[in-house]
Amino acid sequence: MDIPLLLLSSFIIAVTGLFFFIWSLRKGLLDPDAAGAKVIFSLGEIGRIEEPAATGAGQRELQRAMTASHGEPDATELQARLAADASSARPAFVLLGFAVFWLLVASLAGLTSSIKLHEPDWLTQYAWLSFGRIRTIHLNAVAYGWAPMAALGVALWMLPRLLKTTLEGARFAVWGAILWNIGLAIGVGCIAVGINDGMEWLEIPGQVGVLFAVGGAMIGLPLVFTLRRRKVEHLYVSVWYMGAALFWFPVLYIVAKLPNLHFGVEQATMNWWFGHNVLGLFYTPLSLAAVYYFLPKVIGRPIQSYNLSLIGFWCLAFFYGQVGGHHLVGGPVPEWLVTLSIVQSIMMIVPVVAFSLNQHLTMRGHFAALKHSPTLRFVVLGGMMYTLSSIQGSFEALRSVNTITHFTHFTVAHAHLGLYGFVTLVMFGAIYFAMPRIVSREWPYPKLIAAHFWLVAIGFAIYFVSLTTAGLLQGYAMVDASKPFMESVRVTLPWLEGRSIGGALMTLGHLVFATHFVLMALARGPKRSGAAILRPLARTA
Amino acid sequence: MENEIKLISGAMVTLAIATASLVVLPYLQLRHEPPTPGLKPYTEVQLRGRQEYIRQGCVYCHSQQPRDPSQAPDDKRGWGRPSVAGDYYYDRPHLLGTMRTGPDLLNIGARQPSADWQLGHLYQPRAYTPGSIMPAYPFLFEVKKEAAPGDKVVALPPQFAPAGGVVVATQEAQDLVAYLLSLDRTFPALAPLADASPASK
Repeated sequence: MDIPLLLLSSFIIAVTGLFFFIWSLRKGLLDPDAAGAKVIFSLGEIGRIEEPAATGAGQRELQRAMTASHGEPDATELQARLAADASSARPAFVLLGFAVFWLLVASLAGLTSSIKLHEPDWLTQYAWLSFGRIRTIHLNAVAYGWAPMAALGVALWMLPRLLKTTLEGARFAVWGAILWNIGLAIGVGCIAVGINDGMEWLEIPGQVGVLFAVGGAMIGLPLVFTLRRRKVEHLYVSVWYMGAALFWFPVLYIVAKLPNLHFGVEQATMNWWFGHNVLGLFYTPLSLAAVYYFLPKVIGRPIQSYNLSLIGFWCLAFFYGQVGGHHLVGGPVPEWLVTLSIVQSIMMIVPVVAFSLNQHLTMRGHFAALKHSPTLRFVVLGGMMYTLSSIQGSFEALRSVNTITHFTHFTVAHAHLGLYGFVTLVMFGAIYFAMPRIVSREWPYPKLIAAHFWLVAIGFAIYFVSLTTAGLLQGYAMVDASKPFMESVRVTLPWLEGRSIGGALMTLGHLVFATHFVLMALARGPKRSGAAILRPLARTA
Repeated sequence: MENEIKLISGAMVTLAIATASLVVLPYLQLRHEPPTPGLKPYTEVQLRGRQEYIRQGCVYCHSQQPRDPSQAPDDKRGWGRPSVAGDYYYDRPHLLGTMRTGPDLLNIGARQPSADWQLGHLYQPRAYTPGSIMPAYPFLFEVKKEAAPGDKVVALPPQFAPAGGVVVATQEAQDLVAYLLSLDRTFPALAPLADASPASK
């Protein structure tokens, strides 16, 4: 087997395939005003904001900050959207409810493990609270609880809007979500008592994982059913991201959990093929799908370059899948594999720049809208964090950088920039938009949204800066042979405490968010209007 | 339906390329990699201890993959020669790890071969390594008034020993230590794995 030749051909296939797909999809590739970008709007709706998370006054301010609306949106189409929202309300509500629950579990577990790193004798009597277990509970509650439940809930909610039809098979999604969450509860219990498959990201025993497979497939069914009765000619870019992600994840999980197949070092490469692809081919595309929908929808402006978004999609599909080997730089794995992953990590700059440019050009001249739209604030900040974490990740894969940062807290900080700074913030924004449509009620306390935003934004800034500093100090101490190993521990201590402070603020923010979510679900608090759904239509006419 | 078919087939092609390069090729290349000469299979007790290592999540702070001296001074820290694929012949699941909040452990059995040290260190790491941030594992031990016959009593520095009793290691703690002591890849590696290594023919 001639590995370099295979490698070269795999790379050439990837790049050729990429060009083929882009060419086959777009005839007018450089046409700046592609009709596809307008699919998410109703007839005559462009120029009109949609922001259910803002108060009535906020919505008027937001509309004023944007250029004036051109006219009245088509009333029949808006009625159709009402029906679309009604069809997805139930499954979206169930998924988002589970998401918020796991967000709290994950926050408390994460904060506990963070404190334990600088207070190693705190709560050591209980096995399930020991660092090795509570940290793993934190990871799994995020990886299989908060992130996928929020992302899938938002995806199911967007889907009928994007296809201009009603959601078909909502019942499957509800039962799928219940199965999935039973599986997750059992899985977290297993980790707590020490039953564990032993690989990062794949700790939950394969026997329990069957529930994820069945539940996940059931959550995915409405996508297939609804696609078949779509009323739009063109599939909007968000549907591409969502559709691909829903097909990618099951393959990843099933290959990773095949029993008695993987061994030794091969298992390590598989482990990171899975670990990085869950981020790259599941959470990332689902979150990008949300950004590509909510950002233009809130400001009432189609995405600047629709073609750029499709190029971004195919580049992500071709390059992201192969980056996992960069977790094993310097390890006992075949050298060609690490090199391949480093090359593809750098290639990831292409789709990231495509996305960032697009987001910036769409927002350009309209950043004032951030003041009035809670959704936009979270989504735009999340989008920026995507750019930062991806560019950081590309460079982190380089051998020279990796030698310092590998095995240190720097990697943990980077992972949180992606999964928190990007995915979680975007999901917060999406939930603020979707919930008023789901329960036909406004958020009762707008001040709590502001409190949530500032707590998590400031908390995360402290978290990220502290942990990055800890990682760099740790890494430089560790490659310096003249320093004892304990020096690499000692230098991190004040920064690990800083991380706990940041994490505590984030947890507080999540408590605010969860309280607000529950109050809204239970219809508590002041009611400022009835069903919020068609109100902007009446007020700004 | 043209759009959907393009989307799904395209998505599956990209994932197939990724799976081929990160899972299938390594599988084919490493499938016939023999164990490094000198590597012994784990015993029953050591395997139980390895399971304990997984149960307690040791892997989240300790790697098992010393790097090459040209990259990092792992050898100067006593962590051993750079490891090769054959060193992990008996490892299922792999425990290579991604963090060094604590030191690399692939050769901890050679570096710290005293079972008493290992047991005491698990009971209270700071009794042996001041400034350590490793968790203490008191739940792997029992504090008794006096030791029964057959009990494995942990020798501790006096200021860390509980007043009026002895610390006895549970079976789990002893298994874990048996596994840690088995971590010894100080025998020479034949040839470092490279693109043109004989194993990849």
